[in-house]
Parts: sequence; C-alpha cells; structure tokens
Amino acid sequence: MAKILKINGLEKTYKSGSKQLTVLHDISFEVEKGQTFSIVGPSGSGKTTLLGLCAGLDEPNAGSVDLCGYTLNTLNEDERAQLRNQEVGFIFQNFQLLPTLTALENVSVPLELQGAKDAATRAKELLEKVGLGDRVQHYPSQLSGGEQQRVALARAFSNRPSILFADEPTGNLDEETGEKVIQLLLDLNKDAGTTLVIITHDLDLAARTQQILTLKGGQILTNETTATS
Amino acid sequence: MAWRDAKASRVRLLLFMASIILGIAAVVSIQLFSENLTNNIQLQSKSLMGADFIIKSKQLPSANAQRLIDSLQPDASEVRFVSMIAFPKNEGTKLVRVRGLEGDFPFYGDLETTPTAAASQYQSSGGALVDATLLLQYSIKPGDSIKIGEITLPIAGALQAIPGNNAISSSVAPLVVIPNRFIEATELLQFGSRREYQFFYQQPEVDLERLEERLEPRLELEDAGLDTHISTSKRLGRRYENVGSFLNLTAFIALLLGCVGIASSVNIYIKEKIKAIAVLKCLGASRKQSFLIFLIQIAGIGLLGGFIGTALGIGLQELFPYLLKEFFPFDLQISITAQPILMGIFLGLVMLVLFALLPLLRTWYVSPLEVLRFSGTTFTESKKARYMAIGILVLFLYGFSFWLLKDALFALAFILGVLVTFAVLAGIATLSMKLVKKYFPKGAHFTTRQSLLNLFRPNNQTVVLLVAIGLGTFLISTLYFTKDILLDKTELGQTSQSANLITLDVQPDQIGEVAATFKTNDLPVIDNIPLVTMRMHSIKNELVNTLRIDSTTQVKEWILNHEFRTTYRSELINSEEIIEGEWVASQQEGKVVQISISDNLAEDAQVGVGDVIVFNVQGVQMETVVTSIRKVDWANLQLNFSIVFPKGVLENAPQFNVLTTYAATEEKSAGLQRDLVSKFPNVSVIDLRQVYTVVEGILDKVSWVINFMAFFSILTGIIVLIGSVRTSKYQRIKESVLLRTLGAKNKQILSITALEYIFLGVLGSLVGIILALFSSFLLAVFVFEEAFVPSFIPFLVFIPGISLLVLAIGLSNIREVLKSSPLEVLRKTN
Repeated sequence: MAKILKINGLEKTYKSGSKQLTVLHDISFEVEKGQTFSIVGPSGSGKTTLLGLCAGLDEPNAGSVDLCGYTLNTLNEDERAQLRNQEVGFIFQNFQLLPTLTALENVSVPLELQGAKDAATRAKELLEKVGLGDRVQHYPSQLSGGEQQRVALARAFSNRPSILFADEPTGNLDEETGEKVIQLLLDLNKDAGTTLVIITHDLDLAARTQQILTLKGGQILTNETTATS
Repeated sequence: MAWRDAKASRVRLLLFMASIILGIAAVVSIQLFSENLTNNIQLQSKSLMGADFIIKSKQLPSANAQRLIDSLQPDASEVRFVSMIAFPKNEGTKLVRVRGLEGDFPFYGDLETTPTAAASQYQSSGGALVDATLLLQYSIKPGDSIKIGEITLPIAGALQAIPGNNAISSSVAPLVVIPNRFIEATELLQFGSRREYQFFYQQPEVDLERLEERLEPRLELEDAGLDTHISTSKRLGRRYENVGSFLNLTAFIALLLGCVGIASSVNIYIKEKIKAIAVLKCLGASRKQSFLIFLIQIAGIGLLGGFIGTALGIGLQELFPYLLKEFFPFDLQISITAQPILMGIFLGLVMLVLFALLPLLRTWYVSPLEVLRFSGTTFTESKKARYMAIGILVLFLYGFSFWLLKDALFALAFILGVLVTFAVLAGIATLSMKLVKKYFPKGAHFTTRQSLLNLFRPNNQTVVLLVAIGLGTFLISTLYFTKDILLDKTELGQTSQSANLITLDVQPDQIGEVAATFKTNDLPVIDNIPLVTMRMHSIKNELVNTLRIDSTTQVKEWILNHEFRTTYRSELINSEEIIEGEWVASQQEGKVVQISISDNLAEDAQVGVGDVIVFNVQGVQMETVVTSIRKVDWANLQLNFSIVFPKGVLENAPQFNVLTTYAATEEKSAGLQRDLVSKFPNVSVIDLRQVYTVVEGILDKVSWVINFMAFFSILTGIIVLIGSVRTSKYQRIKESVLLRTLGAKNKQILSITALEYIFLGVLGSLVGIILALFSSFLLAVFVFEEAFVPSFIPFLVFIPGISLLVLAIGLSNIREVLKSSPLEVLRKTN
C-alpha cells in the first residue's frame, strides 16, 4: 500500500536556557494511506512535537518527513502552508476555533483560503453532518465544549484532506461527549477515506486504530499493529 | 502576593509603565521648561526696558513725586528730549533724540556699541554714543565729534541697541546717548522745553503688580507714571500669555495621551488576569484581598513610573540648553524647582491608580465560577461603583486642567471637549461596525472579508483602537492647528510686502520727488499715508479746557493734551477690525463728519458710537461724530491710528505724508536715507529694522519652542498609540497562527492584518482630524481670539502618516507568527 507519511531518523531538540533538550530522538515510522494510526505515550514523551513535525508545523533538527509525496524539508513555509491547506486536516485538544468567527465561518476557513466558491455550502453540509445544522451562526463562546469540538471536526474535513492529525481530541471533554466526538471522527474518517493520525492518552481509543506507536522519553518504545487492522 | 504576581507579569507591567513614564516626563519637563521660559521671557521683557521698573515724568518731578522717586532709591536716571545736532566734521545736521544717562543703565539687556568698549567707557570718558545708521548716513566715525546745543563731545562709539528704545511710539529721531552731567551745559533744556525724566530701578524682588497698585495712583496725581517690565511685555501683545496657555495645553495633552495608554493597557491586563483572580478566590482570597493585590501593583508601578518619569523630565530639561543652544541666542537659564518634581511623582501615583480604577473594579466582581468556564467574562459590576470611579476620574482631570490653565471655565470646556471627543469616537466606532455589518461585501475576497469581519466580532478591539487612534490624532492635530494659530499670530511678515523704512514729514508737494528718490534707489513705495495733526476741542459738548480742571471727569488726561496724528482713508487695514458701529468710507454731503476711533481711545475719552467730538484742526474747528470703534492690533508693526477720517474731509487740510518702503539691506536703507536727507532736510526717516530685530528675535525663539513642544507631545502620542495597538497583539497572533496552521500563506495573513489596520488607521485619524478642526476652531475663537484658517498639513500628513504607523505597528504584531513555526506559537498561546 502507498505510504502517505514517511518519517526517517527524526530528531528535535529545544534550547532550555544554556542546555539542549532532546525531545525526539531517532524517530522513524511510516503510515499507509487510509490507515488509522495512533501515537500514545506519557506526558512529555514528545507526542505533540512529533505530530507538529509530521504536519509541517515545525522543522526537525535532523531527519526527514515525507508527507503526501512531498519531502517537507525541501519546502518553504508558504509551500508547507499550501500543502496543509490542500491535504491536511487538524483537530486540537482545545479546539482552536477562531473566536471571532461563527461556526459556519470557522468551518469555511480552509476552503476560503483555497479560494473555493462553494465554501459556505460545503461548511453547512458538514455542520449538519456533525449535528450542528442549527448552530451555524453561533460563535465559539456560545457553544459548549463538545459542540466546539464538533465544529473543529467539521473544519478538519472541510478541505477533503488526505490526512488528518488529531491531538488528544477528547482531552477537554467529558467521557460521554468524548465518545460521541470520537465516534463521529471515526465515522467521518471512514466515509472520506482519510488517513487519521491521532494522539491520545486513551488506550481504548488507540486500540480502535489500526496501528499504535508508543513513545517514551522521545524515543519509539513500540510500533504495533492492532487487531482493528 | 502583589509582588509575586507582578514578577510574573513584569514585562507587561513595564510595557505600560512606559506610557506613564513618557507622559510624566512630558508634563514635568514641559512644566519645568514652561517655568524657565516664562522666567526667560520675563528676563527678555526686562531687557527690552533695561530695568525692573521705571518712573517717568514729562516735566521736572514735583516735590512730592521726587520724594516718592527717592524713597524707592533709583539705580539710574535720565532725561530725554528732542534736539538738533551737528557734526562739525562735515557740517551735517539732524534732528535727534538725546538721552542724558546717569548710572549703570541698563541692568538687563545690553547696551550694544561699536567698539564694544564704548558702552562701558562713555560715561567716564565723557563721550557720546550716536545711532549707528546716523553715523553711516553722515559718514561719521567714532572719534569724530558731535555738537549738541552749546557743547561738543567726542563720539565714543556707534550705538547699535539700547533698552528702552522703541523708536516709533516715542519719537521719530535717531538716538544720541550722553552722560547726564553734560545736559546742563548743552543749555537745551529751557523753560517749556519738551522733555521726559526717567528713573530706573533694579529691584527684581519687588512685587510689581502690588507696586503698580500702590504707586500708580499717587504718581498720576503728580503727573508722573510707573512702567514695569510686566506692563512692557503686556504691551507687546498677548503673545506670551498665548504661549503660556499653549504650553499648558501641551502638557495636558501629553498627560491625556499617557492616560489613554494606561487605561487601555490596564484594561487588557486585568482581563487577562480574571482567570487568576477567580483561582485566587476559589482558594479563599477575599474580594478586598484580590482587589488589593492589583491595586498595590498598579500603585507601585505608578510611584516607580512617577520617579522615573520625573527623573527623565529633569534630564530632558537639563539637556535643553545644549539642544537648543543654536536656537536661543539668549542664555537659557535652566533651574529646577520643587513643584514640578513633586507633581510628577504625585501624578504618577494618582493618575495610574485613578485610570486603572475602572478595570481594577472588575477584580472585585470576578466570580470564582470563572475558573470553571472556558471563556466569557459574564460578571456584573456595581453601577454605583463604576459611576463613582468615573466621577473621581473626571473630577481629577478637571482639577488638574484647572491647575494648569488657571481658568475654571476653560478647564471645564477642555474636559467637556475631551469627554465629547471620547463619546463621538466611540459612537463612530460602533456605528462604523454596524455599517460594515449591514453592508457587508459578501462577494469580496476572503482576505477582505476576514479583515472586515475582525472589526465587529465578539471581543473585538475596534472601539478601543478607534478611540485610541482617533483621540491620539485629535490631540496631535489640535496641537498642530493651535500651533498654527499661534505662529500665524507671531509671524511678523518681514517681507517686501511689509515696510521697514518710514519716511515722515513729507510735504504734499514733495511726494512726487520723494517717491522718485525711492525709485532711483530701486525701492517701491508701499504706503503713502496722509497725516493731519489736531487736538480735541470738545468731547460730548464739554470743552476740553473745562474737562482739564474738572477733577471728577473720567476722561484720561492724555486725551485732553494730546496732539493726535490722524489720517483719512476709505478702507480698513489688516491690523484693525470694527467692533462697534459702521465703517464710513467717504463723507456724505450735508452730514456731520463721521469718524472711526480705536477702542482704547473710546475708553480713555469715554465716548461711544454716536458721540460728538469737536477737533481743532490747526485753528479750524471741525465737528465730528463717532460712527465706528475699531480694535487695533498695536503690536502689529505698521502705522496704526487712533482716529481715522473718511475720504472727502481732510484732503485740503494742512498735512504731511508718510511714505513707506522695504529696504532689503542696511546699506540700501542708508543709501536712501543719505539721498533723502540731502534733498529734503525736513524729511525724517525711521528704520524699523532695529525694532524688527528685537521683536522678531523674540518671536523666532517662541516659534521654535512651540514647534519643539508640539513635537514632544506628538512623540508621546505615537508611543502611546504603539501601546494601544500592541494590546491586541496576543489575540492577533493566536488568530493568525491558526490560519497559518490551516494553510494560510504569509501573504494572506499579511493582507488580512494590513486591511484591518488600514481601515482602523484611516477611519480613526480622519475622525480625529475632523474633531480637531472643530475644537481648534473653538479654541481659536474663544481662547486665542484669532481667526482660524486651518492648515492642510494634518490632512496630507497625519492621515497617511498615522494610518501607515498603525499599519506598521499592526503588522509588527504578527511578525512573530511569520517568523516562527506554528507549533511553537500554538504552544505559547495555549
């Protein structure tokens, strides 16, 4: 099967005062197109940093990231932004909706950035899909946590991404709401045939993906295929 | 706790301390400088007359007057009179003004001579100091001699300048200064000779206003008068007062700009602290405790800011003599007084606490429940507390403006003006947001729509930014417009359009030849003014002779004795305006002669429109009626008249003419004078250049100070503006980085931000300038009492300038987004 994400010898260090802090060390793995993939590990193991590097939100100190056929190291920031806009979707733990935009406008943003004409129609469809058809004109501050994350879900799928990165999408939600959001995420993912890379603490959720990468201290502990695959 | 919390937020706290530091530095240095400038101007006005005060008498002082004069112990004295002199070397003769000086006069200003030593030696060497232009005209040099009456004295030096020499008003003749001990020997002062005695005093500690009150009436009884340097500066016009008001206004504007910066910074600061306050309350902190934590922080910063600002103000003030060396030919003596320093520290503390009070009050009402909320600041404040805080703030502002402007009504007008400006700006901001919402360009490009959407979103900063930009522009433009008004007034217009050579005593049959002499010297005739001398015969049907002996009359004595030089013309000149009645251009047949008089004459002669004055025009009685009263700007150096006749009355009366011209150089002026004196011995020439040099010198300095102060306030405004725009930094960064994560290119992020800030900059500055136009018009009419002709500069410079500035500051806000990786910023904003 074609590889949508290829990570090779990835290394990331941060400066902490005069010290160099190695957050990720020699990380290599691959994600197949259409696969559901989870990254687990304790806090501070480098999960979010790894996700950021995979999505081209940051640059590694060593190693390479191939995303959707592009080697990110060879792209400049604008080219990476364009790649994200065309091929990538995001879901964050704290939703990261633009507080100044309505639900509909938030979902439209990726399409608007592409210059798409039917952004509003598509956004409305997606909001209906996530059950927020009646909340399109609401601002994030007028929505509950679960509703905000559903808007974030709709936004993540609005540009029909090839790959979707989710950073602890249920971290800020109660168990029941979290479950609903996950189910929705998986359903949408299945319908769209998108590759899903998800960071989670929740091992049950991880078990519902096809592959689990476990990080510890910035290094890969295990990279296992699950029964789901 | 206040300290611990402040340590964590030190960068933010220091950032908004910057605006108070600058504000206070501005106020302290302007106050100090204003005090010094007033002192210097006073010193200048002293040097214009050379003494602190002078007692004058047109005749030998009476015994009573002499007792008064002696009791005050004069430091110098003189007698002045007009006489013919002769230069034995070439037999040249000239009518001059002689000043016989005794004592070390002047005490202020300089007696300027060539050679310089002549000024200090003429008294001991027994020589004369002779007007430099006169020497030039007659080709006489120091060392030659001059015959004054019965004595001949060596010429010790050429006289360039001497305090108390305001040639136009007192006499038309050049000046000759001799030691007083030779006066008697000249035998020129005979019975009935016109002369003036002056006694000069150097008593800087004396309260001149009290002295005037106490002495003037007693001296008047003895036909003597008192002249103080304060009255000299008053006579020069209201310019100094205007400059004082302007400087105070500048200080106040600097303060207000600082306040805007503080208010918006603290507002944002407290908003960001709400979560922390809620946490503290959850942990058991009382409302008072949480309020005090931030109050102590703010007060500490205010005090520190007050100290630093005051120190900066003093430092700046100390630098002035070095910075302004080139611009102040006179020695700018800088001294430091306690009042502005104490005021600076007090202002730092009180201003910051008061302006922070409104946002600080929120801490009182923050509910611990906020901890559990994702966002939103839905807590209710007590309206009573809010209104009280606003009331205290307004009262403080009023008190401070009253202290600065020393006028309750102006202070009130100023505060009201500022409050109205706030309200109008906030109103326009709200209205523009509604308009954008209503007429939203749905078909526009995403970046355009996104930038417009940012203007009216929840938690937007449009109103705050528009008010800050608008108010900043408003204050800066008001400053500029009022500066214009003042500079317009202080500009003397020393151009070829205004005369600097005045030829007096030209007989009607000489006009053609004198004009021709002008022409051969390449000089234009600017004015040809006929002069008819006359005295008053009766005022309102009461004979002047009767009024002279009437001790109850309110008519001033000078009116009764004065020989008026009047003119006739059909139009008003630019130094005068009608304040009562109607101007009559030419006499209508069969009617009583209709004249126009100046307001000071109307007051001193106790006459108004419709009153009858009979003049004695060289033996012929002429009945006139006052048809208009003019306000005359006597400070304007041109030929002004108390009494103006219409055309068609005095044309055939015995008269002489005054011809004026403009000579660009001293040589040109001397050349014309030589020609005129040799051809027309009766003609006298006054060179205004000497007068211009003194007055213009002062005005140049004043203009420069005004410009400097305006620049200082403008700079403060810009810094506060930077603070205001930067308060939205964190929100912008978060939004921009999200867009970037979702795939927005740099160009798109830049466009969104740029468009939004251009809109804010253009709208804010435009509204600010329009409001400034209105307020400057009011200031011009009611405070400066001048016509208001707005300059285009603010429109041409301030709108694009401020918009670009706002744009630059706005774009610099998102520089961080463009430079660093999205992940880094996302983590930070989380």
